[in-house]
Amino acid sequence: MNQILSNTASVAARSKGFVGIRNTEQRYGLLAIFLHWLVALVVIGMFSLGVWMTGLTYYDEWYKRGPDIHKSIGILLFLVMLVRVIWRILNVKPKHDPRVGSLQIRVAHGVHLLLYGLIFAMIVSGYLISTADGRPVEVFGLFSVPATITGIANMEDVAGEVHWYLALLLISLVALHTIAALKHHFINRDRTLEKMLGVRTQIKTKFHQPKERIQ
Amino acid sequence: MMINKMTVVALATTFLLSTQALAAKYVIDTKEAHAFIQFRIQHLGYSWLTGRFNTFSGSFEYDEKNPANASVAVEIDTASVDYNHAERDKHLRGDDFLDVEKYPTAKFVSTSFKEKGDGTAVLEGNLTLHGVTKPVTIDVEHVGHGEDPWGGYRRGFEGRTRIALADFDINYNLGPKSKELELILSVEGIRQ
Repeated sequence: MNQILSNTASVAARSKGFVGIRNTEQRYGLLAIFLHWLVALVVIGMFSLGVWMTGLTYYDEWYKRGPDIHKSIGILLFLVMLVRVIWRILNVKPKHDPRVGSLQIRVAHGVHLLLYGLIFAMIVSGYLISTADGRPVEVFGLFSVPATITGIANMEDVAGEVHWYLALLLISLVALHTIAALKHHFINRDRTLEKMLGVRTQIKTKFHQPKERIQ
Repeated sequence: MMINKMTVVALATTFLLSTQALAAKYVIDTKEAHAFIQFRIQHLGYSWLTGRFNTFSGSFEYDEKNPANASVAVEIDTASVDYNHAERDKHLRGDDFLDVEKYPTAKFVSTSFKEKGDGTAVLEGNLTLHGVTKPVTIDVEHVGHGEDPWGGYRRGFEGRTRIALADFDINYNLGPKSKELELILSVEGIRQ
């Protein structure tokens, strides 16, 4: 009964075709959606830039520019993530599609938490490489973030190793998160991805109970 | 007869002891940083960059009566490379350059020492760096020696040489003007 009601409510909300700035119980609001996709773009972009720029030769035009941009974006991402966390706390969380099982929900939550944690850990470890000798991190020449922890022997090497392995873990989780979202959309045909897209898609949702729910 | 024999033995012993005392062993004073292993390399051909290795140890033997017998051995912790820039040091420790995980130590062991008589000398030896051992020739200046104010006896040298990075299998391209680097070894030893 509950499920039928919530399905009816979500259909009603969608049929209005309006997505507000704040989250509702049915879907993410515009700001959360914007922040999600911005961070997604930045995380994938930063991984690609990071891998690419560390392989550049000394005389490459991007040898200096690549790391400068990478560091600047890293600091800005920190600010974006702060806003994102605050916004998440201030907003209601959209309800899960009722056809999604509770184990899946718990795993998804775990992955989401890890994604947040890893992004912060990436920013901190990257910052510790660049500031190991007390130099600040410049952000597009506009402002700079001073060093805090310095003077630990080989700090830049340890921070560098951490940065690399966390990057691999983060990008793997991004892949898992993406595959899961696509699976919900195309295989389960539920509203999980739509909630974060802020749009209705042409895919018709199946109104039957998936296996996990029946068990 | 007896006395003569004793005298000979005593004289011989004295002689042996004295030569040993003259060919004194000096430990390089890294503890209080009166020794530096520096290097400089050109940046793009426009300027000189100076770096150093912060951790090393070594000793030398030197006998004023017989300088040709002088010898020196130094071992360097390659991970202690310090170019005064953390990101660059990280790069230098990586496998583009020193590969310190694979080659944690570099060393120099001398093979010959020839004084020119004007306070300078030529020191030859084998340098092991990045897993490659190559003979190098170091121009040495004998800076000075004598008692220190704290009861010790010190002697110091400065050596300079140029090495080609490619000779030691370091092939990262830093540009045509940066294929060689200059090594500057400033050592002060405390006589043991």
